[in-house]
Amino acid sequence: MNLQNIISEIEKVDPSINDRLDTRRSAMKQFANISGKIALAAVPLAIASMFNKAYGQTPSTVNDVLNFALTLEYLEAEFYTKIVGSPGYLTAPAVAQAALTKIKNDENAHVAFLKTVLGTNAVAKPNFDFTGNKSIAGGGPFTGYLTNYAVQLAMAQTFEDTGVRAYKGQAGNLQSNKTVLTAALQIHSVEARHASHIRYMRRALDAAIPAGQKPLKPWITLNYSGIEYPPAQANINLSFAGDEVTTQAGVNIVGIGGNSYIDAKAASEAFDEPLTKAEVLTIVNPFIIP
Amino acid sequence: MKKQSSPPLQEPMISEYGLQRRNMLKYIGAGAALMTISNACKKKNSTSGTVNLGSGDVGILNYAYALEQLEAAFYSRVIASPYAGISALEMEYMTDIRNHEVAHREFFKAAITGAAPASIIPSLEVDFSTINFTSRDSVLATAKAFEDLGVSAYNGAGQLLSTTANGTVYLGLAGKIVSVEARHAALIRDLISNGTFADTTDANGLDVPVRTPAQVLDIAKTYIKTKLDASNLPS
Repeated sequence: MNLQNIISEIEKVDPSINDRLDTRRSAMKQFANISGKIALAAVPLAIASMFNKAYGQTPSTVNDVLNFALTLEYLEAEFYTKIVGSPGYLTAPAVAQAALTKIKNDENAHVAFLKTVLGTNAVAKPNFDFTGNKSIAGGGPFTGYLTNYAVQLAMAQTFEDTGVRAYKGQAGNLQSNKTVLTAALQIHSVEARHASHIRYMRRALDAAIPAGQKPLKPWITLNYSGIEYPPAQANINLSFAGDEVTTQAGVNIVGIGGNSYIDAKAASEAFDEPLTKAEVLTIVNPFIIP
Repeated sequence: MKKQSSPPLQEPMISEYGLQRRNMLKYIGAGAALMTISNACKKKNSTSGTVNLGSGDVGILNYAYALEQLEAAFYSRVIASPYAGISALEMEYMTDIRNHEVAHREFFKAAITGAAPASIIPSLEVDFSTINFTSRDSVLATAKAFEDLGVSAYNGAGQLLSTTANGTVYLGLAGKIVSVEARHAALIRDLISNGTFADTTDANGLDVPVRTPAQVLDIAKTYIKTKLDASNLPS
């Protein structure tokens, strides 16, 4: 095992790693001291503990995560608040309207909850433009969404699946606060329930699902968005990129246990993948007016 | 102890999430093996016929493995003898869910075997005598109970994992699975009554209940013949 190499690799994603580890030289020395004293098998634990010290969680980390979550919840809450009652929504069957109203209420409850938890540290609600406008004159790629039920559901699915992956990506940053971690997990699973239902609704609607990606499932198959919407296709695809993974913690899930029916689709569906904060912000930024 | 082979270093080993997954198991394996040794010294002899889930992070993995065994066995039975009048769409959903649960079960089996082979629990014996597999209502009601139970179990177990590097990796893995369980739970609820996908939220929009291992196993024991001892799990 080559620690020098590991540090070099971390450096590619985190240029400050050497500052965190004092200096590379002292880190190496520290490591040499440790590894000289303990059994070879314990070496990975020693490395882990060294990195843990470098990446310690502080309360401000927890607040950062909560404010990130709050921003996403602001976005979802305002989106559903806008579409419930809109002309597009009014074309939907009653059971679909009830479902969107239920989700709207949940997202608004998440906003209120996170604001309570954060208190005076809560970030203010940004201004949103759900046409995805930002800098496009005359309206962005989702212009007309208020009158188009199918587009509303496509947007809802993208927001929900992104939300699930976003919370998942932050769980590790909340471990220092068990109460907050548990609450975040409780929101995370609600977002997954929403995503499942929106996908169920979209399948019944059978609109704008690409031919090669049917049938649309309540779970994410490979990196399929299940959405055909050329004006914003590249951005939509970002919400599903990387979910096609079929190996978990070094274990190949395809055909696992001799069960040949677990193909790449099933293997990818069985595990939802996280998104980093940066990846999520890239996805939602077109909807946030700076 | 097996000699650990060096991971390939020409590829980036560290991503923003932590170590790259492909190499993770070896890493977990070495760390957890040590934990196993220390746990083995503390662990009381289990009562005969009782399976002790163990302690620490590996205990939590065993706990998850036990639940996934239960779910996988249930859906395997549903697929082997589907309820009367099952539609093609429902058969598709049940088959997908069976595939996911078997994948989860086999994943935990492989991961725990790699990390702490001496601590993995055996295959459990299930008891489905209270379920009428010919009845749609009975099967879907059981599926709903299992899926909601799974969500409440994973949501409750997250905080029981350690803050070590391994514990954080396990939390990440549990997170990847719990949202799939929540997707299943929502779908099963919709099959029973469309629109009830998230009728589990409290006033804050949080998924409730969150259950401790003791609470979960008390519910699951109806369906698991093997006696499970969770007394050494973190609390």
